[in-house]
Amino acid sequence: MAAVQTSGEKALNRVAIVAVLVITLIFLAPIYWIVSTSFKPRNLSTTIPPTIVFTPEVSPFVKLFTKRSQLREPPTAEEYAAAPWWERMVFDGGEKVVRDGKGNVQWSAYPNRFMNSLIVAITSTVLAVSMGTITAYGFSRFRVKGEADMLFFILSTRMLPPVVVAIPMFLMYRAVGLNDTHWGLIILYTAFNLSFSVWLMKGFIDEIPKEYEEAALVDGYTRMEAFFKIVIPEAATGIAATAVFCFITAWNEYAFALIMTNRRAQTAPPFIPSQVGSGLPDWTVIAAGTFLFLLPVAIFTFLLRNHLLRGMSFGAIRK
Amino acid sequence: MATAVMTTLDPKSGAASRGMSDIAIRNLFIIPTILFLIVFNIFPLIYSLGYSFTDFRASSPAAANFVGLQNYRELLNDPFIWSNFAITAKYVIVSVVGQVVVGFGVALLLNRTIPFKGLITTLLLLPMMLSMAVVGLFWKLLYDPSFGIINHVLGLGTFEWLSNPDMALYAVAITDIWMWSPFVMLLSLAGLSAVPKHLYEAAAIDRAGTLYTFFRITLPLVAPILMIAIIFRTMEAFKTFDLAYILTSQPTTEVISIRLYKMAFQEWQTGRSCALAYIVLIMILAITNIYVKYLNKVKER
Repeated sequence: MAAVQTSGEKALNRVAIVAVLVITLIFLAPIYWIVSTSFKPRNLSTTIPPTIVFTPEVSPFVKLFTKRSQLREPPTAEEYAAAPWWERMVFDGGEKVVRDGKGNVQWSAYPNRFMNSLIVAITSTVLAVSMGTITAYGFSRFRVKGEADMLFFILSTRMLPPVVVAIPMFLMYRAVGLNDTHWGLIILYTAFNLSFSVWLMKGFIDEIPKEYEEAALVDGYTRMEAFFKIVIPEAATGIAATAVFCFITAWNEYAFALIMTNRRAQTAPPFIPSQVGSGLPDWTVIAAGTFLFLLPVAIFTFLLRNHLLRGMSFGAIRK
Repeated sequence: MATAVMTTLDPKSGAASRGMSDIAIRNLFIIPTILFLIVFNIFPLIYSLGYSFTDFRASSPAAANFVGLQNYRELLNDPFIWSNFAITAKYVIVSVVGQVVVGFGVALLLNRTIPFKGLITTLLLLPMMLSMAVVGLFWKLLYDPSFGIINHVLGLGTFEWLSNPDMALYAVAITDIWMWSPFVMLLSLAGLSAVPKHLYEAAAIDRAGTLYTFFRITLPLVAPILMIAIIFRTMEAFKTFDLAYILTSQPTTEVISIRLYKMAFQEWQTGRSCALAYIVLIMILAITNIYVKYLNKVKER
């Protein structure tokens, strides 16, 4: 009887393993499709049936970063021979790289939007995490009247639908000239991440034994010194994890960026879809832009893997 | 807040006499954050509450006229707004049920000895970390009737997904399920791993059936954490904007956030949109309240 059960269990386990592998493949397929499309020549990106096996090339990335225009006639042999390898790829695609009067290559808007995303995400993360850490310490170590209500208030600001907040913010920003500026987005993302950062950091700081600081205070540290020299180093992992979460949230955000920016401060998430205009989009360029945009988040996800549960539950579930 | 303060430290420790007092530090650490959130979250909401009683249009220089409750009355009597809410409800149900079924199902599969479990779990979690707008956009290519890999793999010929009014909402929900089942899976895994092993052993000795064990042991013990996942996803699905906005422009996918966005930033009915924003806001706060209760409950365990 027992032996039968074990072999049944074994078979069941094998079925589970196969099922997990199949599900993993299905879940990763869209991501694989983005990555593979970003290495396809344009004519293979929209074929019937879809092209799965092909020789990868980097032309989508060359096109992603350069401003191009349609070629009216094919380049002359000299032009082609004089062009660097990457420019030939653009020629091969029936386009040419736009140059200014001095012959300098013109960049596309992508690097600029990518930089905007970096500036906004990094600045707002630094602000949200530093404010969040000290506030979390305040809630963790001191008795605050109405603490539960205040923490609920803080969290509820995170739950507001972006469009609801965006309507008055748009009007206010318009009045003070913050529309389409980095600071406009930085403030919004800081406010959005602050609540998250307070909740998550409170969990991390709660775990640091109070005795550490008390010992330091007895040794003659002031409360401030104890905070900076004892608590902050102890909380370093938590701070790093919180920062990565805040960065990813700000990096990925779409609705605020769509409403509050249009050119100067526009970040990548509203920019990338705007490339799909009328007509047949060049999916290889979109895929290349998407791939580079997703890469930092994918790397961070791996670094963060042991903290994902905690972060996604606002610090409630620790395991 | 500044009154009736008790510090956790014994005042005799001497900390209060050196450097800043604990009360001063507490206030310095907490008040700026609260002020920041009031200025950038609450003040705008008060500002828009005022506009919700006017006929203000941000696109026109005309001054706002006070119209009382007219915006609210008209919105609540507008069958189109109710149909937006109905679409949103349908979307919430389809996508949250889908996420729970897939997410909890995968968690059950993963909750056994599986080679490379850590790596597989991390890979499965990847979709939820990515930008909904940017990845969502790419699903347009996946759903494409002729070039799309989905129709190719499923052998559906040139089946229309996004340009088909009956299918578009489900297509958006499928993408959402792909992105967020991992979230339900992550929380379920935590719940499953917390179920004490001896309960299963006891059930095995009693020769309890698989179904009985599942419904009497596994499910009740995982339920609180699963509830957190469900409420959180319900709230997020209710607010959904990015995916539906990027993927389609069908009237059948006009969830309430998209209606709100169009009313505010395309039709420029600012006053009216502020009123709608308030209706949505009250609903969200009600769900948030339930959510936080559950969060605290799980925390206390």
